[in-house]
Amino acid sequence: MNRTYELMFIVRPDMADEDLDKLVSHLETTVTSAAGSVKSVDRMGKRRLAYTVRKFREGIYILMTIEGTGTVIHELERRLRVTEQVIKFLTVRIDEEQKRLDKIKKLRDAKKKVSAQPAAVAEEAPAAPAAETPATA
Amino acid sequence: MTDETKAPSERPERPAGDGPREFRPSGDRPRFGGGGRSGPGGSPREGGRKFFRRKKVCKFCTEKIADINYKDYRLLGQFVAESGKIVPRRLTGVCSPHQHRLASAIKQARNIALLPFAGRAS
Repeated sequence: MNRTYELMFIVRPDMADEDLDKLVSHLETTVTSAAGSVKSVDRMGKRRLAYTVRKFREGIYILMTIEGTGTVIHELERRLRVTEQVIKFLTVRIDEEQKRLDKIKKLRDAKKKVSAQPAAVAEEAPAAPAAETPATA
Repeated sequence: MTDETKAPSERPERPAGDGPREFRPSGDRPRFGGGGRSGPGGSPREGGRKFFRRKKVCKFCTEKIADINYKDYRLLGQFVAESGKIVPRRLTGVCSPHQHRLASAIKQARNIALLPFAGRAS
């Protein structure tokens, strides 16, 4: 069963760009070899950490969106734990939340449409009697 | 925003409050300060105790923020006290379903070092 996950991880701040590229592509192959797919990779850049992690006060944040089964995540997390440069990671399942948000959005759009329609009707309504009155008079 | 209407009465109270937190949700101030303070904050007392308590409203309901996400640490930071604690909803006025989501989002953000577990984000 395919699910959508969001993986955020922090690598040590002194990591070179090439190493980071290598790490990311490595993770991508891990995902694809486990029959998952990487939807997006977002480098959020260096940021100060809210507390020290492995004696680092800042870190480079990376956000990945992944589609796949739980085994993909299992493998990925194992790999992250082993990787020395990764100081912290967090995996969150986002498909259900997304579903809920879509539902809310749909509801809001529908409401908007409904509120827009009566306004249009109301505009027409006063015009019609106004046109009639001269005829009756 | 709702800030405009209550700004004049609110402002004088602030400096006396518990710190320079500018992004505190509006609702919690009178509860803290309204009691014993005779400063220029509330309306002048006329014949006994007169509390002026504004009805608190849920920020997420009024601003229609459907998505409470751990990545949005600026938003979450508004509901975290100086000490790093999650501010209870009796102070912030957040409704129960939103407080639930808020709390879990804050906890996720703490885990990925976007928000502190304790103390100020350094």
